[in-house]
Amino acid sequence: MASDRAIEAYVRTEMVPEEAPPASTSGVIGWVRQNLFPNWWNAILTVVGLYLIYLVAASLIKFAFIDAVWTGTDGSYCRHDNNRGKVPQGEPIGACWAYVKAKFGQFMYGFYPEMARWRVNLTYVLGIALLVPFAIPSVPYKLWNAILLFGVYPIVAGILLSGGSFGLELVETTQWGGLLLTLVIGITGIVASLPLGILFALGRRSKMPIVRLVSVIFIEFWRGVPLITVLFMSSVMLPLFLPEGVTIDKIVRPLIGVALFSTAYMAEVIRGGLQAIPKGQYEGAMALGLSYWKMMGLIVLPQALKLVIPGIVNTFIGLFKDTALVSIIGLSDLLGIVQTSFADANWASPTQSATAYLFLAVVYWVFCFGMSRYSVFMEELLHTGHKR
Amino acid sequence: MARATKKTAPTKAAAKKRAPAKKAAAATNGTGDASGMHISDQLAIEITSMNKWYGDFHVLRDINLTVYEGERIVICGPSGSGKSTLIRCINRLEEHQRGSIVVDGIELTNDLKKIDEIRREVGMCFQHFNLFPHLTVMENCTLAPIWVRKTPKAEAQEIAMKYLERVKIPEQADKYPGQLSGGQQQRVAIARSLCMNPKIMLFDEPTSALDPEMIKEVLEVMVDLAQSGMTMLCVTHEMGFARQVANRVIFMDQGQIIEQNAPEEFFSNPKSDRTKLFLSQILH
Repeated sequence: MASDRAIEAYVRTEMVPEEAPPASTSGVIGWVRQNLFPNWWNAILTVVGLYLIYLVAASLIKFAFIDAVWTGTDGSYCRHDNNRGKVPQGEPIGACWAYVKAKFGQFMYGFYPEMARWRVNLTYVLGIALLVPFAIPSVPYKLWNAILLFGVYPIVAGILLSGGSFGLELVETTQWGGLLLTLVIGITGIVASLPLGILFALGRRSKMPIVRLVSVIFIEFWRGVPLITVLFMSSVMLPLFLPEGVTIDKIVRPLIGVALFSTAYMAEVIRGGLQAIPKGQYEGAMALGLSYWKMMGLIVLPQALKLVIPGIVNTFIGLFKDTALVSIIGLSDLLGIVQTSFADANWASPTQSATAYLFLAVVYWVFCFGMSRYSVFMEELLHTGHKR
Repeated sequence: MARATKKTAPTKAAAKKRAPAKKAAAATNGTGDASGMHISDQLAIEITSMNKWYGDFHVLRDINLTVYEGERIVICGPSGSGKSTLIRCINRLEEHQRGSIVVDGIELTNDLKKIDEIRREVGMCFQHFNLFPHLTVMENCTLAPIWVRKTPKAEAQEIAMKYLERVKIPEQADKYPGQLSGGQQQRVAIARSLCMNPKIMLFDEPTSALDPEMIKEVLEVMVDLAQSGMTMLCVTHEMGFARQVANRVIFMDQGQIIEQNAPEEFFSNPKSDRTKLFLSQILH
């Protein structure tokens, strides 16, 4: 009988104005109620979680701050055995920061001569002075900045660090160490792997069979070999293959290995980005008469790289941390120099290694977290596609 | 022997087909269009016995088409009939395997230089706009003039502004494509093509992806463009547009040109049964 019912005509005469959402769903209390205590089960999980956080944080704070030894001239300040120690019997021993303080110079510079450390610092200052304006988007003269940073700076840094010219005393690369060496290997790897990775990613998607084959072989070779093998090969086997009298620097060898290794990963990350760009973008660019390199450089790569920023930074961070592996082939990078310092009997104490590793972790974390935050910032900045 | 005859046959067919096309063109000219849509005797595009395959699938079969400068051609037909493929062959987004395509006096071969030369003179608008989402509207419009034509930036911006005004969205110049409506995006795409000052414009279903409310604004721009004397090839199902500005309508099915005629004749008196069926489906 529905068909007999008369249709009531309806016309809206007044538009409904926009209103603020109800208070219980917004603000701090709303957030806490919605996310932490929405029901009994989640409330229990929240309480248990908070307790676990308390356990970890409390013992860490106790070790690193409350029981920590801040000053001292040798290991006895950080131990209480045989009454030779300065810590009263029965009292807990925390982090031995005095030891890190005493070895700080070594951790930072390795065996770089103390008289010449200003050169390392100057290299850092120059690098930061060029990197900071380059990293801030609103600063002008990006092209000149890039030329200085990627073209001139590496040469200046090389001269400053190794010396031997311009009246600077020669410092053998075997004397480089600590954070300096970690940064040299890490940054060179990062700077080299991005452009090389782009080239191999484009090569793997190329229509030219030989270019594609070479790219595939390169990528699959380096991806299929563990980094530690690459490092051993470069330090032990490579010299055997070189003709007599020809030597490649002890640091340059693993440096190339690390750079090529991460290039392969970078190429695959970037290839993922290239594949996500719709065909229409290529067609739009081609229809305007753009050549292959202009199409790639102006249209495809800017979008593809933006898409894979998380993957790129992932590779950067992985590469930076993987540099710690060079300590296995006898280089004294940050990890290597810290382990070397354990041999100093003068500073022996129960918490010596725990303190040093905690310090190591913090240093690595600061650099990696910095890269991570910068990538988040870049992602938000470049997010133009779907912003309304 | 057999080869020789095969070779001559299509040219004959081409000659046959060319004649009525010219007549059709003359017919519209004869009616004395007030808007100054002039068709010259200069060849813009000449396609001769062109064939294309996708793998084993024969998408375009013996296509013969001559377009004179100033012509406005609407290509219609059921989906899969090869109409998009045909116009995409004209700027080499698709490669043809047999026959020849001559655009603006340049034959399309594998020569990349010639392909780029043709693409500079042939603008194209796509169904899905294909604007560059990481660039502003202004940058979208100035990119090709600056990088391909080497126009100074200031001059390129001036030209871009002129065309953005022509498509009636100068105020959106600093926005990103993602912030615009579909109709606005398609108008930007048209402006972007025009900034290269092309001799020929190709439209590949420019209104098919638009909301109904936005189709009109794009068609208005296209009508305006047609009245300015641009050589246009439009794949579209907007029959009103075809009636209003086209001087020739081409109907395609199964990769072949089935019928072509002046729009009045085409709509009121279709010759082929397939055309009649198609028109009865789309005109209610």
